[in-house]
Amino acid sequence: MSDESNGVPATGTPEHYAIGIAFGNSYSSIAHISGEGKVEVIANEEGDRQIPSVLSYIEGEEHHGTQAKAQLVRNSKNTVASFRDYVGKDYKSIDPTPCHASAHPIESDGQIHFSIKDTESETENKVSVLEITARHLRRLKNSASDFVGKPVTAAVVAVPTDVSDEQKAALSKAAESIQLEILQFIPEPIAALLAYDSRSSNPTADKNVLVADFGGNRSDVAVIASRGGMYSILATAHDYELGGAQLDQILVDHFAKEFEKKHKSDPRKNERSLAKLRLEAEAVKKALSLSASATFSVESLADGVDFRSTINRTRYDILALKTFARFTRLVEEVIKKAGLDVLDIDEVILSGGTSHTPKIAKNIEAIFPESTQVLAPATTTTALHPSELSARGAALQASLIQEFEKSDIDQSTHEMLTVTPHLAAAIGYQVSGQSADAFTVIVPAETAVPARRTQVIGGLQGDVLVRIAEGEREIKVTQAAPKAKPETNGSKEGDDDDDDDSDIDEDDEPEEIREKVWKPKQALAEFVFRGLPKGSKVEVTVNIDAEQVVSITARPVGGKGGLRGEIKAAESAQNGSA
Amino acid sequence: MAQVEIISPPSADWKGHSDANPNFRTLGKLSPPVMRKIEPFGAQFLAYARRKRHGRTFSEDDRIQALSKVKKSEDDDDGEISEPEDPLMLARDAKDWKGQDHYAVLGLSKYRYKATDEQIKKAHRKKVLKHHPDKKAAAGQDDENDSFFKCIQRAHEILTDPVKRRQFDSVDEAADVPPPTKKDLQKPSAFYKKWSAVFESEARFSKKTPVPMLGDANSTKEEVEEFYDFWYNFDSWRTFEYLDEDVPDDNEGRDHKRHIEKKNANARRKRKSEDIARLRKLVDDCLSYDERIKKFRQQANADKNKRRLEKEAAAKREAEEKAKAKEEEERKQKEDGERLKAEKEQSKKAKEAAKNAVKKNKRVVKGSVKDVNYFAEGGEASPKQVDDVLDDVDKVLGNIDPDQLADLVSKLNVAGKDAGKVKEIFSGTTGELVGAGKLKESDLKVLK
Repeated sequence: MSDESNGVPATGTPEHYAIGIAFGNSYSSIAHISGEGKVEVIANEEGDRQIPSVLSYIEGEEHHGTQAKAQLVRNSKNTVASFRDYVGKDYKSIDPTPCHASAHPIESDGQIHFSIKDTESETENKVSVLEITARHLRRLKNSASDFVGKPVTAAVVAVPTDVSDEQKAALSKAAESIQLEILQFIPEPIAALLAYDSRSSNPTADKNVLVADFGGNRSDVAVIASRGGMYSILATAHDYELGGAQLDQILVDHFAKEFEKKHKSDPRKNERSLAKLRLEAEAVKKALSLSASATFSVESLADGVDFRSTINRTRYDILALKTFARFTRLVEEVIKKAGLDVLDIDEVILSGGTSHTPKIAKNIEAIFPESTQVLAPATTTTALHPSELSARGAALQASLIQEFEKSDIDQSTHEMLTVTPHLAAAIGYQVSGQSADAFTVIVPAETAVPARRTQVIGGLQGDVLVRIAEGEREIKVTQAAPKAKPETNGSKEGDDDDDDDSDIDEDDEPEEIREKVWKPKQALAEFVFRGLPKGSKVEVTVNIDAEQVVSITARPVGGKGGLRGEIKAAESAQNGSA
Repeated sequence: MAQVEIISPPSADWKGHSDANPNFRTLGKLSPPVMRKIEPFGAQFLAYARRKRHGRTFSEDDRIQALSKVKKSEDDDDGEISEPEDPLMLARDAKDWKGQDHYAVLGLSKYRYKATDEQIKKAHRKKVLKHHPDKKAAAGQDDENDSFFKCIQRAHEILTDPVKRRQFDSVDEAADVPPPTKKDLQKPSAFYKKWSAVFESEARFSKKTPVPMLGDANSTKEEVEEFYDFWYNFDSWRTFEYLDEDVPDDNEGRDHKRHIEKKNANARRKRKSEDIARLRKLVDDCLSYDERIKKFRQQANADKNKRRLEKEAAAKREAEEKAKAKEEEERKQKEDGERLKAEKEQSKKAKEAAKNAVKKNKRVVKGSVKDVNYFAEGGEASPKQVDDVLDDVDKVLGNIDPDQLADLVSKLNVAGKDAGKVKEIFSGTTGELVGAGKLKESDLKVLK
């Protein structure tokens, strides 16, 4: 992992081909890097790119994906769904709710099993969740192998951030039993960020990214500091009872009531009717993400009565208002947890199937300032498919590391290497002739050291004093009318003449303006250039090495006489002043 | 904000910490860092891990990465095509494309038929970059003479088309190696070197590959035979279309056209048969100079002679052995005959002697009985007694074998004329004889 190959190699060696797998509770996706070096999400034999993580058995025959999911109505006892979260856990610590409508998890020998008829005989077999996982992964692996035309031997698997080492070990074991080597587990938010960064023109820009992964049964959000293309997770928040299933339930209830009104019977009381309702509700929800209205239609919903109804998006938005608000609250919660403000977030990535819902994306966009880009289909036309982000990121990572040995990967991902000091405060500069409160960021906070950044200060003349200082961000709230000011983003490189960066949030309450203001906190060093001609520019490079020694190099652009200085590492006596 | 404090420009007496660095001074220390985990994903982390594990700084790592990239680009430039361009060639008329050396035009004359498609492509690109009319115009040489560029395009067209390239290679005399003259072959080692070059260049026409090569003085007989077999049955793809006369269009008259076509076909056939004859002669020449053939022939002759001599020697040895055996047998037979004769005579003599001895002994025995007066006590023995005694003695003598007889005689000689002893001796002898069943006691009267 430490050797050459910085870029993305187009294809792997034939004997070792790695793909990216997003193994979700409800849906899985697989992706690889195509011959042209582009990420390609692989469709399985049925043409699905989002493959339901469902296995079903009919008289010993295994069904997978969409076909298996259809069996939830007629053959729910022999259909296993929503099993990902059970891998590597005790029976005591799992929540069996999502499996209510399919085969139930049972405890056997301290392990989680499903009792299903997976052979032709009428007896039920206890199949461990590991075995189910292995069967599911084998289907995914075979689909990928068929698609790429060569055997797939390795994979990078995207998992939520809170997956424990035991769960990872169990997943590895299941994969090993089908000759699939899991090279690395990639947290889903990182995978989503990688997927977007891989097509960005400036992937190494310093930014704070919020990744919200709204899945089928759970939602995870994370705040990631992306500094020079390296990612550090600042905070995560999870809601295990918030996801697509909750939205489906709203539609189920809505249509069930409508049916009850007409036919005087509640289809939710019948198991099969409920399963039909659920499947159709999911389809309607997906249709509503794309069009303004959708038709709900189930043949023989209950008592042999066909049911047909329509719903428009407004109605749905009203019905799901409370649930939508929970998504927004989760996002706000994680920002608070990270000790940041909405103004600090430069980019929001919405991932997971539920992110297709336009209202959720719009709600989230509303809490952020305009300068923040919300990457979801409803808010950005160029957004990637939210359901594919994890698989894409995993595939990118797989192509980066597939040529390395597993031991090499393990060594490079060891805590010895990955745990490093991060800057507590931003480092920036002040220039003579500006307000004493002015501060421009060169190296943002939460940057892992060693780090190196270069900034050009323009518009200088005569004798100039440049002061390098640590700064802090303040949120300034004013009750005035909004100023017409160009919106810029504080931590971006290159905006050198705009000293007080401001972000204005004028969506909700126009009378209250919240601004992000940088203030110098502690001066670190200063240096002087004398007799600069008019319109000079000075290039400042700040280099912080692994021992927190800051070396500063400055030189006038196109001129002579650069200077260099060093700030020694903080002594222990001076600690705590931050 | 109420107060607007401006950072003032540096005062005249602003000074750095040290004279070595007069324009810089430190004011504070960095706040203590926060320990966080970097997520090990993405290309930038790979670079980070590389730096961290090898203990490199940013600039070091950049330099090493840049260096490794430079190396790669150098490798790509390997096998560069650069040959000086003959001014005569540059002045060629593009219309006379049949006469031009396409390889030389692209600067590949040292590769010729060995040039790979990749090399041709690269060489063409290089030449085009140099000789493109637009380039010339830009350089001010606006003489509108793009004929060499046309030559390049023609050379590229021919060399990139496998069929046309073969046709050109067929008549590419610059790639031919002339067979060595007698003068060239004066040094003994020159034969292999010179002729190998010839066959190597001829091998390019072979439909079959690999082509067996001439080898050297140490090649085995099988190798040499395979080589000549191959070249005498050489299967060549060489064609002579390239030398065809241009076939005129229809409008010049069909007959004329057909005439030319026929002429071309005949010329091709003729050239092909000439080529076959040429190659045959070439191989003949080579064979005639090939020292190895002589060597093998000598070796074969020597082998034959050796075998013949061996055969003869073996026959001779066999005959000798037979004669010897015969002689031996004859000698043996003769010896046996003589020995038998001698034995016969000897046994005859012995028999006679024994007979005489027995006669003598019998006389002695009879005499001894007479000596003791036929065992008569006192006086003259009665004739009956004499008769009895003599009867008994005769019986004894008739049944006694010569040894016992001799024994008896010796005993009787000792006894002399003592009648008792003589009788005793006789009794003993008769007892022995009776015991042996040769005599019955009842037959005896006196000598019991």
